[in-house]
Amino acid sequence: MTNTYRDSGRAGLENAEEFVDMLEKRRCSSDLGHALRTYSPSPYEGALSCSTADLNKAVLESQYLRYVTKEIATETGSSVEDVRQEVCRILEEMSQNLQLGSIRLMAYTLTKVLKRLFTGIFVNMEGLNMLQQAIQESPVILMPNHRSYVDFLVISYILFTYDIPLPVIAAGIPLAGMKMVGEILRRSGAFFIRRAIGSDKLYWAVLSEYVKTIVRKGFAPLEFYVEGLRSRTLKSQIPKLGMMHMVLEPYFKGEVYDITLVPISISYDRVLEESLLAHELLGIPKPKESTTGLLKATKVLQEDYGNMHVNFGRPMSVRRLCQGKINRGQYNLIPRDLPQKPSAETQACVSGLANLMVRIQEEGSLISPWSLMACLLLQAPTTVLTQEGLLWHQLTEKTLWLRKLALDFGARLNWPGQVPDLDVMSSTVTLHRSVVHLKAGRVYLVREEEPARKHPISPELDVIRTAAAVLMLASYRNQSLHVFVRPAMLATAIRVTKSAQRDELFAFFCFLRDIFSNEFIFIPGKSSQDFEEACFLLNKCGAVDISEQEVIVSDARLEVLSFLQALLQPFIHSYQVMFRYLCEDGVNMFTEKQVLPAVRNLATKLILSGELHTYEALSSDTQKNVLSALQRLETVTKLRESEQNEYRVNKAAVRRIGDILSGEISPQMLQTTPDAKL
Amino acid sequence: MASNSSSDRQRIAQQRLRIIAGHLQGPVDSDSTILAAECKAQGSKTDVSSERKTVPRRRQEILKWNGWGYNDTRFLFNKKGQAEFTGKRYRLSGMIIPALQNWFEGTFGASMQHKSPAMPILTSSAVQPPTLNEAFVDELKSTGIPFSHDAEDRVFRGHGHCLHEVFALREGKVGRVPDIVVWPNCHNDVVKIVELACKHNVCLIPYGGGTSVSSALECPPEETRCIVSLDTSQMNRILWIDEKNLTAHVEAGIVGQELERLLNESGYCTGHEPDSMEFSSLGGWVATRASGMKKNIYGNIEDLVVHVKMVTPQGVIEKGCQCPRMSTGPDIHHFIMGSEGTLGVVTEVTMKIRPMPEYQKYGSVVFPNFEQGVACLREVAKQRCAPASIRLMDNEQFKFGHALKPQVSSIFTSFLDGLKKFYITKFKGFDPDRLCVATLLFEGDREKVLQHEKQVYDIAAKFGGLAAGEDNGQRGYMLTFVIAYLRDLGMDYYVIGESFETSVPWDRVLDICRNVKARIIQECKDKGVQFSPLSTCRVTQTYDAGACVYFYFAFNYRGLSDPVHVYEQVEHAAREEILANGGSLSHHHGVGKLRKEWMRETISDVGMGMLKSVKNYVDPKNIFGNRNLI
Repeated sequence: MTNTYRDSGRAGLENAEEFVDMLEKRRCSSDLGHALRTYSPSPYEGALSCSTADLNKAVLESQYLRYVTKEIATETGSSVEDVRQEVCRILEEMSQNLQLGSIRLMAYTLTKVLKRLFTGIFVNMEGLNMLQQAIQESPVILMPNHRSYVDFLVISYILFTYDIPLPVIAAGIPLAGMKMVGEILRRSGAFFIRRAIGSDKLYWAVLSEYVKTIVRKGFAPLEFYVEGLRSRTLKSQIPKLGMMHMVLEPYFKGEVYDITLVPISISYDRVLEESLLAHELLGIPKPKESTTGLLKATKVLQEDYGNMHVNFGRPMSVRRLCQGKINRGQYNLIPRDLPQKPSAETQACVSGLANLMVRIQEEGSLISPWSLMACLLLQAPTTVLTQEGLLWHQLTEKTLWLRKLALDFGARLNWPGQVPDLDVMSSTVTLHRSVVHLKAGRVYLVREEEPARKHPISPELDVIRTAAAVLMLASYRNQSLHVFVRPAMLATAIRVTKSAQRDELFAFFCFLRDIFSNEFIFIPGKSSQDFEEACFLLNKCGAVDISEQEVIVSDARLEVLSFLQALLQPFIHSYQVMFRYLCEDGVNMFTEKQVLPAVRNLATKLILSGELHTYEALSSDTQKNVLSALQRLETVTKLRESEQNEYRVNKAAVRRIGDILSGEISPQMLQTTPDAKL
Repeated sequence: MASNSSSDRQRIAQQRLRIIAGHLQGPVDSDSTILAAECKAQGSKTDVSSERKTVPRRRQEILKWNGWGYNDTRFLFNKKGQAEFTGKRYRLSGMIIPALQNWFEGTFGASMQHKSPAMPILTSSAVQPPTLNEAFVDELKSTGIPFSHDAEDRVFRGHGHCLHEVFALREGKVGRVPDIVVWPNCHNDVVKIVELACKHNVCLIPYGGGTSVSSALECPPEETRCIVSLDTSQMNRILWIDEKNLTAHVEAGIVGQELERLLNESGYCTGHEPDSMEFSSLGGWVATRASGMKKNIYGNIEDLVVHVKMVTPQGVIEKGCQCPRMSTGPDIHHFIMGSEGTLGVVTEVTMKIRPMPEYQKYGSVVFPNFEQGVACLREVAKQRCAPASIRLMDNEQFKFGHALKPQVSSIFTSFLDGLKKFYITKFKGFDPDRLCVATLLFEGDREKVLQHEKQVYDIAAKFGGLAAGEDNGQRGYMLTFVIAYLRDLGMDYYVIGESFETSVPWDRVLDICRNVKARIIQECKDKGVQFSPLSTCRVTQTYDAGACVYFYFAFNYRGLSDPVHVYEQVEHAAREEILANGGSLSHHHGVGKLRKEWMRETISDVGMGMLKSVKNYVDPKNIFGNRNLI
């Protein structure tokens, strides 16, 4: 296997027996007893105890903040004392106040809520044991993926239950604004970060010193979402690097011997926010985080959300990961407290690590039967799903076929073994009755009830109605995309280039990788490894034969290639729609706010005219990803002076990219060598 | 007061004599292979020493050939399993050390049952016959300067005290060694030898006390010329003392303890006391930029030296006056100091001297943890009130020191010890696995010492420090004296180890200590060392802008097929860690051949070029061919 991280992320999860349902015990013993349990974790051996006040004092008095304070005072002309006051305010707004009492309260409430929501919460004990060990040896960073608001305290809850030191958690500032809840979260270890810090130098400095001090002192693990935000598509998101820099800097500067990163994969059978997310993607804004909103949401408590799997990955030493990539001596000639930009080498290393962590989160997540079924359902024409219905036995047969393929590709399935396969699938469909329903041997897509009114609803609104359902389905498909995406890109390359030459395929593969660099997670600079992996997997399942120069399609398993090609189709089509919009005459300069509804209109028109078959083109997430990818390829440029995020587009270049994607010209026509830029 | 001070001085002089005296009973030289026709040193009329004690030419008569120090002095575990220190030379000599065995077995997982004894004697067949340059030998004979090509003499000068060197000797393995050993008796002898060496193209390697720990004395294996070891040990006179300017002019072969003893007789001292001072020589100090324990009062070697004379292939280099400071371009002394024998031989040095201190007092402070201890040392340095010596040992080293406590004679003392321990750990709440101790040495006139002592203890108190008595302090310094003997004991039981040092800015001290110790432990684990190693450090010198940190590291090598290789890999990794953490390549051990690979990054390309061009001018034929440094 070319990918070394494959094994490292996997905490011996080959057999599901290692997963223990932690709700089982809660169901047969007192919740209060659990909340009041004796809690005596073993913390990091090098740490001295550190209260909230100690922590804040250390941050306030840090040499680094003193430098920055002085600098800002000079720049803005205000007095050092004023700036210092501002630092105190920021710190007060930010700081956590972890207290065991609150944790107990939280544990009590969570037990109640979680028991109601989930059938089981499965945790891999081996991963937990390794974590327990790792926490004693060096400062630990917990890095879960973020798929639901439920994620937020679940890690703390698990650690509390298993006697492991509780983390302090980076949270978005909107949570702090919630009455009561904000304070409870603060006391449960959350510290709050403003969104869109942008160029607020002082805020940035306080936050970074705060995070670094937590890591240096090592009194508690630090938990943060490397993806930044909750994923609206259930697909992994491109990692945000700011926090990652802060977390790793104490190692780069020799302030700690090592830092341990623990990737955590949380997988849901069914996500609480499923329909909310789909609507958000269609431009219907999410409700603001508020306590009343939370209380209103209690109706979600009535429903069944199946199981939740929390997989603690193998702890990874930053020291080992950075070997040969970072020259720690770079700080020898300047005081380490002096504010300075990270070197290019450091940035590359941090970005590589962040992406690696997300990849490991992907590898560590469990794929449900439902996700496989969603892959297949989406490959049926939408009209079939909404009108005629898809034959159930076809779907089940195909699902079993796909299960085999997924296993061949090294996926980790969450497929109950003791139950007949058919029962598994039908109970899956029952669990997801909000998306599909089974009637008379056929499966139908569930759309929102038509509002009762006299006139039939407009065709445009009807498209949105279907799109909401399709996007929900798509997000469940996205849960397993990472398993198939590399082979699917190769399959697409084979289809588009109609070539068997390795180098030609590789060129197109790299092109796809660049185009989709914001859609899927690729570790920068590892394109040939990705390509090798794709070849290996396709060869393994018998779809292609590989020689030194060529990749030859073997006729025996064409269905693999066509499945994989179809898997990427919605993305390719959506991208083409976006390209088409950008090449339209009127479009030269635009803001993000203008572009999203405009593209949505264009896509709706195309769907209605029968030119476009995928409803996914309506997703704002895809549209944003295209913008970012084009920016990275320097075909779209953000105007610096503009306040409203204005963009300028290079139409010729966009057209060229579109032509390459549809196979009309070869990827060599893209002048830039994109991989070098990553 | 006056009478008091003079009696103090006498007492101290006696004490020093007791510590040092008798170390070097030079037996009568009776080796027939040596042509004994000593030249008369110039100025020998004013030779101040009443009684001459020299390191004999045949060092092996009093010193171990395959270990540290004197033949009669070693640690051993007696039949009862108790550790014993033999001989009569040291405070600890002849004593039983009851706790050592437990500490030793517990720390290293070693066992009294598993011994790894050294080869008792050197088999001459292991030594390659000398490559002699006949023409050189003939002319050398005619000068009358004594020399030898006896195997034992040659082997003795082919190594320093790096672990791999001693390990090989214990196994009876001998690599390339010098072909001839020559003993000049004065500056002029050296001039003659260097001239002959140039004329006949032989390689010269200066040899002083042989205490190098940087592979500096190793003969380069690629050297095909005849290698001559130039042993300065017979050049050991104080040529004059200038009481008006407080300087002494001394031959460079004199060893530290001898220099102090002789000066003490006249009521003076240099105050330069590196841990190796029993054996290391003045010339060696200059050539490696040595540092002494009491540098806070007396300065390091570069502060002490007023004038140096060095013989090079181009002739003699020296300044034309004995001035305290000059603005005459780059200081030529700085070409000499740290040149590690690559440019020439230091023959005579004028050094600052001081009246002997009236009063000396040891002390110690216990801190709840290392962090607090370092903070205290930093404050002491900031206030510039460091005592003659201040050292902060980490927890492991504190325990190590404790294991070296000799058997107490009375129940009362052991009761007191118990009480102290109780007070510190129970009453004051110090964690026995975290606390650490600073050892102190004050020197000066009595009143000032007491005042100074109070000032330092007051600072310590601010950092949670508790005064812990003179005894602990003194034992701390003893540890550094006997540590090298302890290494030999370890090697009898499958334990190998070494020390190394660095200097580092203040803000990095804690980080470097933590990271280097952790790196050692991790590397040992990765390399298959079965039992977790001893990895410990102390902050051993303080400066305005930083500190010197000294590491000890040792492990049990049972089960390893190539322990020395593992050892070297770990030491290499530790040095990389030091450099990555902003530490220097060396504070006082020097570079030698062991640390050469890092010189370029240490001093930059241009720096290397400067050193090389000096070498090329001074020694174009590479007569001083030990290949150290660059």
